[in-house]
Amino acid sequence: MVNLLWAGMIIIAIAVAGINGKIETITPIIFSSAENAVNISLSMISIMVFWLGIMKIIEKSGFIHLVIFFLKPLAYWLFPGIPRNHKAMNAMLMNMSANLLGMGNAATPFGIKAMEEMQQLNPDRDTASDNMCTFLAINTASLTLIPTTIIAIRSATGAQNPTDIVGTTIIASLCSITVAILGDRFFRFYSKKKEQGVISNHKKFH
Amino acid sequence: MDLYAIINVISVWIVPGLILLALIYAYFRGVKVFDTFVEGAKEGFGMSVRLIPFLVGMMVAIGLFRGSGAMELLSSLIEPLLSHLGIPSDILPLAFMRPASGSSSLAIATEIMNIHGPDSLLGRMAATMQGSTDTTLYVLTVYFGAVGIKKIRYALIVGLIADLAGILASVFICNLVFA
Repeated sequence: MVNLLWAGMIIIAIAVAGINGKIETITPIIFSSAENAVNISLSMISIMVFWLGIMKIIEKSGFIHLVIFFLKPLAYWLFPGIPRNHKAMNAMLMNMSANLLGMGNAATPFGIKAMEEMQQLNPDRDTASDNMCTFLAINTASLTLIPTTIIAIRSATGAQNPTDIVGTTIIASLCSITVAILGDRFFRFYSKKKEQGVISNHKKFH
Repeated sequence: MDLYAIINVISVWIVPGLILLALIYAYFRGVKVFDTFVEGAKEGFGMSVRLIPFLVGMMVAIGLFRGSGAMELLSSLIEPLLSHLGIPSDILPLAFMRPASGSSSLAIATEIMNIHGPDSLLGRMAATMQGSTDTTLYVLTVYFGAVGIKKIRYALIVGLIADLAGILASVFICNLVFA
């Protein structure tokens, strides 16, 4: 997908420029775009350095347990099939809290641990369990309080107030998570129904 | 208080608020705050520099796509369809790339902010879109791959529907708040 889109954009661009007789603009655009890209990366160093420092403090102080406390009711509601003190539940809570605080790198190991624990509860090791699907639905919609990288880039491109998109981001994120949970529940119900349908059809024949 | 005011309060408070809480909590838990800060901050440089290849590759591709007139062509084709929903056609490459690749979509969002300005409606829409969802394909690959799941059932379709919801919500909310 990425490869196709990337090559496609460049190939189409050069072809269109050629047809429109603007082929001489191609080379200068390559140089100026590349230079812009490097300048932006360098300007974002300042914010990234500061914020990753703060993140380390949050990580070391165990602040995450405060977030977990608030997430527990939600997690219990989402995963009724997993015992509350099961290792899978703990790993999921750590993962969701780390994502919420924007610690993507810290969240991934917990997420993988959660998947391993859920795999222990899974009757069919090749097929995703209901709980795994729910967990990943939430993860792909990832709710983050502070989108660090985007703030750094807004600052690097000269935004007046780089954080003014945080509110809209949280709301868009909540919409996406709500749809993820609803979609997950719908497809789970639908797949159960289909299974039951197959079984009752079977009975008719016997 | 109207929606705009609430969103504004969240945006203004969240960064200083989190820093305040985190520092107070860490200090009373006996964490050596400054030493820890420096330890974590060291990673920021590498992280920004590692982004350079993605940014260069994508910004050149989009720069060419726009500069050659291909973007205009594409826009004129689908504009009537999208303008009903308030979706600017410049945001489309980002919407397509978002579920597939995090670094590439970040690069596209950067290009949009760079060309149209980070404080333009389009720039803020791009930022909101990039920040509000995660890279579905990457998440599914990493997590299912880690435990050897082969049949992922409806996980991909749910992830993509949620992405679409996030993308449309970003457009709608930004039109509401920033336009």
